[in-house]
Amino acid sequence: MTISEKIIALHSGKEFVEPGEFVESAVDLVLANDITGPLAIEEFEKVGAKKVFEPEKIVLVPDHFTPCKDIKSAELVKRLREFAKKHGVRFYEIGRVGIEHALLPEEGLTMPGDFIIGADSHTCTYGAVGAFSTGMGSTDIASSMVTGRVWIKVPPTLRFNYTGKRNKYVGGKDIILYTIGKIGVDGASYKSMEFTGETIRNLPMDDRFSICNMAIEAGAKNGIIEPDDITQAYIEEVSGHPYELVLRSDEDAVYENVFEISAEKIQPQVAAPHLPSNSKDVTEYSDVRIDQAVIGSCTNGRITDLRRAASILNGQIVHPNVRCIIIPATQKVYGQALKEGLIDVFLSANCVISPPTCGPCLGGHMGVLAKGEVAIATTNRNFIGRMGHTESYVYLSNPEVAAASAIKGKICHPDMI
Amino acid sequence: MEARGKVWKFGDHVNTDDIIAARYLNTTDVKELSAHCMESLVQDFPSKITRGDIIVAGENFGCGSSREHAPVAIKGCGISAVVARSFARIFLRNSINIGLPVIELAEVNQLDEGDEVEIDFESGTIKNITKNKTYKFAKYPEFLQGIIKTGGLMKWVQEKHIKSE
Repeated sequence: MTISEKIIALHSGKEFVEPGEFVESAVDLVLANDITGPLAIEEFEKVGAKKVFEPEKIVLVPDHFTPCKDIKSAELVKRLREFAKKHGVRFYEIGRVGIEHALLPEEGLTMPGDFIIGADSHTCTYGAVGAFSTGMGSTDIASSMVTGRVWIKVPPTLRFNYTGKRNKYVGGKDIILYTIGKIGVDGASYKSMEFTGETIRNLPMDDRFSICNMAIEAGAKNGIIEPDDITQAYIEEVSGHPYELVLRSDEDAVYENVFEISAEKIQPQVAAPHLPSNSKDVTEYSDVRIDQAVIGSCTNGRITDLRRAASILNGQIVHPNVRCIIIPATQKVYGQALKEGLIDVFLSANCVISPPTCGPCLGGHMGVLAKGEVAIATTNRNFIGRMGHTESYVYLSNPEVAAASAIKGKICHPDMI
Repeated sequence: MEARGKVWKFGDHVNTDDIIAARYLNTTDVKELSAHCMESLVQDFPSKITRGDIIVAGENFGCGSSREHAPVAIKGCGISAVVARSFARIFLRNSINIGLPVIELAEVNQLDEGDEVEIDFESGTIKNITKNKTYKFAKYPEFLQGIIKTGGLMKWVQEKHIKSE
């Protein structure tokens, strides 16, 4: 079996599962946010449910429209807060909260081998630690809050094998944008994407989070990386206790398809509007004028991302026609960036620093685009109207490219700085 | 169960931001959500449609975010079913869970904007009345039919878990 199949089997009381099979699995963690949580709570209460299956295993994270952007969003968060108090489930208040998919691993809540579901499509991020993790809607979450279980169709697995050394300024974001560009936004629909090979083995955790985070942009059910010593060190750090590696894909695991990708061919990528699959080498889009650069999100708001952005912005000034918005993904990332002097670099470069929030990624607040405006963003989606007006345009990139573009006022390769 | 209405035609990869933009997600009110359904693709869509009309689309309908507000808005504005060549998986789950009929059909290119269409869920057929043609579609696996027949996922949970407590 593949690692995904093994985790599903373990949680379904089965010795063996195969693609196409419907199973009911026990879940280790159930997540919802300030947009999807209130709908789940309504469904939960509508059917007269009195208690959640295990309060410790339910996490409510108000991160999308927070600090609350208007009265309506304040009401949504209030409903989360009250439900959390009533049922004793985990809730992260403003001041402790961060973007869910950066926060939960940092809090040691996502472990290798876990079966995790979340009412947020980017829940697939936790595959980076070797969990089977997938996004669902609010009703599925409501149901699991009652039963602690969820139905799932075992997905076939696509294996992506990356070999060779990464080029300069190429990180997890470029690897995943390049891959989605090859297979398309439905190239992995309903399937599991397993990322492997020597390039992945040498990749820091933060890059692995970026890769698994965007598996959904290829339509995948989950993205996953087999745990190794890098995972082990990370898990020991966040959980504070020793961890032994157990789960791997079998030698004779069956894959629906295997893609061989040479990392040496991957240059920093930019995905043009309005699909993440419109990815090409950054040089193909140079000279696209920008109004805004956003560096943050559940894809690229971690400390490694901020360090890379700062390495480009150090001693530079953001172009006078550009707003550059930096969003540390969590309080901890913010604090670390402050300690390392990165925040100073950003301030000196005329960037604005936002509190942790999803904010502009989904056109919520903290940097919404006007008609005709263009942004480069380290976020994950560039759909029509995603960051604001339906006639605004989002180009996706890694943090170095976004930072370099902010300085030049147009999309450019970091080598241009 | 049957549905009948006019076809509203869309392309491939219609995403959840197209169906309901995130800026409207600061509420869970069905009426408010429905008022903005599909507005980035068809201006004033909710007021142009007649109750019962049917959305027909290409590949990967409902891709993008997990927001259940998307099928809720479609159902809430009076659309009786969505027919597509394929659906994104979270959208499909959400639709089944909330009782919005979603049908996978290979021949979507034979249904044109404005065609009058009738869907019979029991027999698994779609009839294009305008063109006088009938198509078969595959029914859901038994496992899912159980959830659909009970009236959605939460009813199913209520029957199986809550009432037995």
